[in-house]
Amino acid sequence: MYHNEISKERKIYLKKERRNKIAVTLCRVFFIVAFIAVWEIGGHLGFIDTFVLSQPSRILGVFADFKENQLLLHIGTTLFETAVGFLLGVVIGCFLAVLLWWSPFLSKVSEPYLVILNSLPKIALGPVIIIWAGAGTRAIIFMALAISMIVTVLEMLNGFNNTDKELIRMLETFKANRLQIFTKIVLPYNIETLFNSLKINIGLSLVGVIAGEFLVSKAGLGYLIVYGGQVFKMDLVMASVLILAAAAAILYEVIVITQKLALKYINHR
Amino acid sequence: MNKILEVSHIKVCYQAVNGEVEAIRDVSFSVSEGEFISIVGPSGCGKSTLLSAVAGVTPVSEGKILLSGREVSEVSDDIAYMLQKDNLLPWRSIRKNVLLGLEIRGMITEENLSYADNLLKAYGLWEFRDKYPSQLSGGMRQRAALIRTLAVRPKVLLLDEAFSALDYQTRLAVTDDVYKILKKEKQTALIVTHDIPESISMSDRVIVLSKRPAVIRNIYTTEFDIPDRSPLLCRDHAAFGEYFNQIWKELDVHVS
Ligand SMILES: Nc1ncnc2c1ncn2[C@@H]1O[C@H](COP(=O)(O)OP(=O)(O)O)[C@@H](O)[C@H]1O
Ligand SMILES: [Mg+2]
Repeated sequence: MYHNEISKERKIYLKKERRNKIAVTLCRVFFIVAFIAVWEIGGHLGFIDTFVLSQPSRILGVFADFKENQLLLHIGTTLFETAVGFLLGVVIGCFLAVLLWWSPFLSKVSEPYLVILNSLPKIALGPVIIIWAGAGTRAIIFMALAISMIVTVLEMLNGFNNTDKELIRMLETFKANRLQIFTKIVLPYNIETLFNSLKINIGLSLVGVIAGEFLVSKAGLGYLIVYGGQVFKMDLVMASVLILAAAAAILYEVIVITQKLALKYINHR
Repeated sequence: MNKILEVSHIKVCYQAVNGEVEAIRDVSFSVSEGEFISIVGPSGCGKSTLLSAVAGVTPVSEGKILLSGREVSEVSDDIAYMLQKDNLLPWRSIRKNVLLGLEIRGMITEENLSYADNLLKAYGLWEFRDKYPSQLSGGMRQRAALIRTLAVRPKVLLLDEAFSALDYQTRLAVTDDVYKILKKEKQTALIVTHDIPESISMSDRVIVLSKRPAVIRNIYTTEFDIPDRSPLLCRDHAAFGEYFNQIWKELDVHVS
């Protein structure tokens, strides 16, 4: 900055930017408030069928009765299954990615299989997984794992293989072995790749858990949605979906924050 | 003077699926201790291959390379490389970057650590030792990269187009800087470049290679009667243009 004072043009520009931002926020708030209001009032006036579509106040009622509805148990169950599936998916996925990076031969051999497995809709394996893992929590975690693992392998392997070749060559001129190349260059170089894959994975694990809970479960948000649908308790279904949306957003945000902290600590770019 | 490196009648071929590439046909030269040799030649003629053979990375098909009298047969610990760009790791501090070579070669000893620290002190990087590469200027980063290679105390330092990623002005300053540091450390160096002025100003002898498969077309000894010779001073010298014209003709570059 050459001037301490802000020029007139800059003032106008800043004002315009601020106005734009406020307008966007106002519109967002307006839409959600209007949506809820129309839904609520429509229910009272009778032009919205609350039996099929539920109603904001009735959804609130479900939250208020969280003890009776055992909401905490269901939320806890889903979160636990998601966490286990997510962690297993990341650990096993990363391990396989390292293995494939280590051995270009193995990587070449497995390439077509990985591509096919990746494009296969894993939910189709549901019934098979139940037979293999039993109709219980294990099957649900398996489902989450099946959905998130292959993506991790592909994402991480891609990152490993795209590590700056010049950096690797530099290390090789010092006669570095494969382990040194991995720990000194490839791994630190791919911290961001890792976090990007975590972000994709947390969502996918949740998808896997809910799909698993639809098929076999005695608790969890997926169970609650299926159960609510079967006994036509739409309030319960809607409340569960809302909780699910919030859980997904929070889990994602946790990873984003961890990433920021980690990058600040590790990477001084 | 002592001959530190002797390259005699080497031939290098690459094997690929679609055939054999003869990169170097018959190249012989020798380098004395403390001498700077430049290698120029058309692009793709085998300059990098020649360095890589000297380093023991690429095996030779015929002939042999002697380093301090011993034949080079595998990747040699007595050689260090400087590649294009500084290749400093952004997540390591300058000091940790400088120690990388020692770390990789398992040479972290009290003595080597203090040697590296002294280099940092001698060349103005000590106060930046805890800073990260992104916080330093291009010239400083290049210095850090140079110290990283000097820290392993190589008998011969290889520079493969080490300055070609820098912009012109920075390059002039950095080559001057590197030259002075290397001379002061009495480092023997083999410099590959596609920049004729750089080759003349940086080295005691310039080897001109033919296009692939490379043979030596000529070797020029560049003599400037300047007391404390440095690349920038050489560029101002009357003999400079003469050398340039000779090498330019020898390279026989055409747009076709
Ligand atoms: N690993 C390799 N396998 C096959 N051919 C190679 C390999 N490396 C280099 N070459 C070929 O050898 C020739 C010389 O390459 P290089 O030494 O890199 O040239 P320069 O450094 O002079 O530009 C080129 O034609 C190049 O295509
Ligand atoms: Mg080259």
